[in-house]
Amino acid sequence: MTEEGAFRRNFEVLGEDFYNAGRVSTEIKEILQQVGVAATTVRRVAIAAYEAEMNVVMYARRGTVCLELTPELVHLLVRDEGPGIEDIELAMQEGYSTATERMREMGFGAGMGLPNIQKNSDRLVIHSTAGVGTEVEIEVRF
Amino acid sequence: MKLEEVKRILECEVITGHDRLDTEIKMVCGCDLMSDVLAFIKADALLLTGLVNRQAIRTAGVADVPAVVFVRGKRPDEETVALAEEKGLPILVTNLLLYEACGRLYSQGVPGCEGR
Repeated sequence: MTEEGAFRRNFEVLGEDFYNAGRVSTEIKEILQQVGVAATTVRRVAIAAYEAEMNVVMYARRGTVCLELTPELVHLLVRDEGPGIEDIELAMQEGYSTATERMREMGFGAGMGLPNIQKNSDRLVIHSTAGVGTEVEIEVRF
Repeated sequence: MKLEEVKRILECEVITGHDRLDTEIKMVCGCDLMSDVLAFIKADALLLTGLVNRQAIRTAGVADVPAVVFVRGKRPDEETVALAEEKGLPILVTNLLLYEACGRLYSQGVPGCEGR
């Protein structure tokens, strides 16, 4: 989705970079706050973005987050190079997880990531190719 | 309830945010899993957790959590404290276990995040 005159910003996310994990979503949150988006909407976007960012950090080699802001909605496109998701339907189930011990030590890998993104978005589309990567499209309407 | 009152009830040590103890706490969420925190915590709820790392601070920032109390006497490392200071997030530490800490606040009338 692209729209004339929309605000756009790209961010890089590195796999295994637990030190910086959450920095991109925090920055996205600050941008939305600065342009005056309502607090409840900012919170939904931030939570969805954070879960998507953590997925890249935990599972992929690297990824990008593209933020697009239009008068009607916030659009996030999270693309990664990684193992991909073999069974998206299964991954969407609460509690299903393929997380490692290290990810669990960080407080993640409870199988709530994708369900949390769905809960906090108005539209969620996931495309994934096993062995190649995953593309997660998130829309939150104002 | 003010954070100052939480500090007294849970016998906390204040690590960061000494100047923010007048922060108003409307409810509490006790949880060690950050994904569960993101799923269930409400904005303006205090987080009680045993997960002492940067992700706890990041999660608090993302989910509009005004302060974090680390339970079981767990102390954050310098980097985690530095991140909390950068974000202006008050961090407190209590020696109480999670259940006891939640129970004390609940018995003083601070509700949980259930169905709100």
